[in-house]
Amino acid sequence: MSETIKNFLYLNRKAPYGTIYAWESLEVVLIGAAFDQDVSLAFVDDGVFQLTKSQNTSAVGMKNFSPTYAALGDYEVKKIFVEKESLEERGLSLDDLQHLTWEDEDEDWAEKDSIHLVNRAEMAAIMDDADVVFSF
Amino acid sequence: MSTLHTVNKSPFEKTSLAACLDHASAGAAVLLMEDGVYAALTRTSVEGQVKGALDNLKVYALGPDLQARGLLEDRVIPGISVVDYAGFVDLAAEHDKVQAWL
Repeated sequence: MSETIKNFLYLNRKAPYGTIYAWESLEVVLIGAAFDQDVSLAFVDDGVFQLTKSQNTSAVGMKNFSPTYAALGDYEVKKIFVEKESLEERGLSLDDLQHLTWEDEDEDWAEKDSIHLVNRAEMAAIMDDADVVFSF
Repeated sequence: MSTLHTVNKSPFEKTSLAACLDHASAGAAVLLMEDGVYAALTRTSVEGQVKGALDNLKVYALGPDLQARGLLEDRVIPGISVVDYAGFVDLAAEHDKVQAWL
């Protein structure tokens, strides 16, 4: 068996609930996390809306899957890139998003931020660096 | 004769909202629902477009869809009325027809 580690990038560009893309992406990320690969998540365009705080779907009768993002750190998914320009165009800032963290076992389980705010040029470089891009 | 227009797509991804606002006649109502509710927020790149529409259109946003997306009512552009599903039914009944912008 080859032990090649590939860099997988999950590219999220859709708002949650209006279509099934956001939820499907999250499910694929969690399934993929079972395989030892280098995983990054990118949130661009309307994808940034997936990470908003205080989602409450009780009145629309749909499953609120937003708490699941907080579990990503436990699945070793700790590189979450959010595009600054996408937030700004939508009147959002990092404060409007969930605070996602992971625990670093090499530093006595210190809690570290998973979300990294990057600009469009940096996002382009992240996309270029990926071996495989899964688009949602 | 007055029409209720519904917009259920994100204004950042599709032209549904722009097309609706370009075609809705004065006195008509526009209900933002599903991903259309993102157009109701302040400080976005489409805020000016929506505020301009408020001069001659009534604009509503569906509360349950705002809540689902974590959007609090204090982020909604002043002048837009937030309605629940019963309010949606009332709007549909009060207008001559419903025109959907998908």
